[in-house]
Amino acid sequence: MYATQPEVITAMKIRTFGRHIKESLKSLGRNGWMTFASVSAVTVTLLLVGVFVMIMMNLNKVADDLENDVEIKVFVSLDAEEEDVAELEEEISGLEGVESADFSTKEEELTDLVLDFGEELSLFEQSNPLFDVFYVKATEPQQTETVANEIAAFEYIEDVEYGEGKIEKLFNFLNAGRNVGLILILALLFTAMFLISNTIRITIVARRTEIEIMKLVGATNWFVRVPFILEGMWLGILGSIIPIGLVVLLYQKITEFVQPRLSGELFQLLEFSPFIYQVSALILAMGVFIGIWGSFMSIRKFLRV
Amino acid sequence: MIQMKNVYKKYPNGIVALNGLNVEIAQGEFVYIVGPSGAGKSTFIKMMYREERPSSGQMLVDGKDIAKLKNRKVPFLRRDIGVVFQDFKLLPRLNVYENVAFALEVIEEKPQIIKERVMEVLDMVGLKHKAKMFPRELSGGEQQRVSIARSIVNTPKVMIADEPTGNLDPDTSWDIMNLFEQINSTGTTIIMATHNREIVNKLRHRVIAIEGGLIVRDAAGGDYGYED
Repeated sequence: MYATQPEVITAMKIRTFGRHIKESLKSLGRNGWMTFASVSAVTVTLLLVGVFVMIMMNLNKVADDLENDVEIKVFVSLDAEEEDVAELEEEISGLEGVESADFSTKEEELTDLVLDFGEELSLFEQSNPLFDVFYVKATEPQQTETVANEIAAFEYIEDVEYGEGKIEKLFNFLNAGRNVGLILILALLFTAMFLISNTIRITIVARRTEIEIMKLVGATNWFVRVPFILEGMWLGILGSIIPIGLVVLLYQKITEFVQPRLSGELFQLLEFSPFIYQVSALILAMGVFIGIWGSFMSIRKFLRV
Repeated sequence: MIQMKNVYKKYPNGIVALNGLNVEIAQGEFVYIVGPSGAGKSTFIKMMYREERPSSGQMLVDGKDIAKLKNRKVPFLRRDIGVVFQDFKLLPRLNVYENVAFALEVIEEKPQIIKERVMEVLDMVGLKHKAKMFPRELSGGEQQRVSIARSIVNTPKVMIADEPTGNLDPDTSWDIMNLFEQINSTGTTIIMATHNREIVNKLRHRVIAIEGGLIVRDAAGGDYGYED
């Protein structure tokens, strides 16, 4: 009868929502042990999800960094004259798929080594044991192998080196790890959802008469459902608090420890911000998701509204 | 108010509860539904508030086609129908006032209106002075009066009572019937399934007898007609 007054409707909806929140929170307390069990299950699951995501994302980042930095190191044989080297440079640069080819004399190589490893090495200046080197970069990381093989066939080549096998191994490892992790996490997610849906079932059974009366006097289906959905959501949110806290703390420690030791390296870990906030948001979202999904499973089965 | 044409109901387990029922009940009528147990009375009653739906045939309640009514529209049908049961179905955690108010709260009525209406109906059923008491502190008759108050607090057009005096002694039963008469006199249709011969025979109203899923007798001011 007041349906035409929008401000009245809004006030009613807010009041209804308050009622639903109150009911769902009361239920959490009433189901004490089941609440504890499902929150614990969600906590363990989300903690593993969080750590797993943290590791996988960082390994991906490292793999990306390394992949982008795969260089072919071409050692020029000692009997190559200056014009041979110039010709070689032209040939290499002319190859399809070559982005750049930088020449570095054996003297420059030694200077780099001395810079990296200390003055002791400068005694090699008397008789430099190194080779002249071309640093070749392929336009696409995938072409690295083809380019390397083609260069190896040229004259005056002592040896060709690149991250042969290492990158592949890293990727194989990443894929295997990802699959095992995903299966483990799916199993855990199902366990957590099952426990949540069990908790909600207990609430539904405990409030059978109440639900029956609600339906008889004409409460809408959503009115009946919402408190249970909220209860599931609280379970998910409560279960995500500890994992978020631990993941943030852990990553803070890791970045503090690792970052300075990796400065100047070819690969880096993901920056603390925004990465860890994204992981936290993901954990919270998954908590809310399994909570709501768990209650829906129970509602569908035990609450035909 | 209620129209049934060839209403047929077969449950998934194969039992035929209603076998082509035809009946019409007008607004403001008072109707007794009688018949042996398992004759189809309960199914008949449950269809009125769409707890069950017909397998075939047409059924209109307040102009709404029960067979075609979408699930999400059912709550709005039920807001026009009050239901009273043999076992009262009160919530033990709530006091008398809260039990009655519950029916309005869950359909999101305004608090001011809830307060007014609840006190009004509690006054009508004579329990205003026991508003703060809990169901376990009341007699059976008083509990049934609370459940009646809850069923009419939303001013429904029809009141459906399934054996409302089944758990009550004769004196208390008459109190409840007086209340029904009073509610009926305000224009509310009353449909009451009962096994109470004395009431049906003394307080004369239309009697519909159901046996084997069919109406075997339909008489205005009829008698109970069974020996039990």
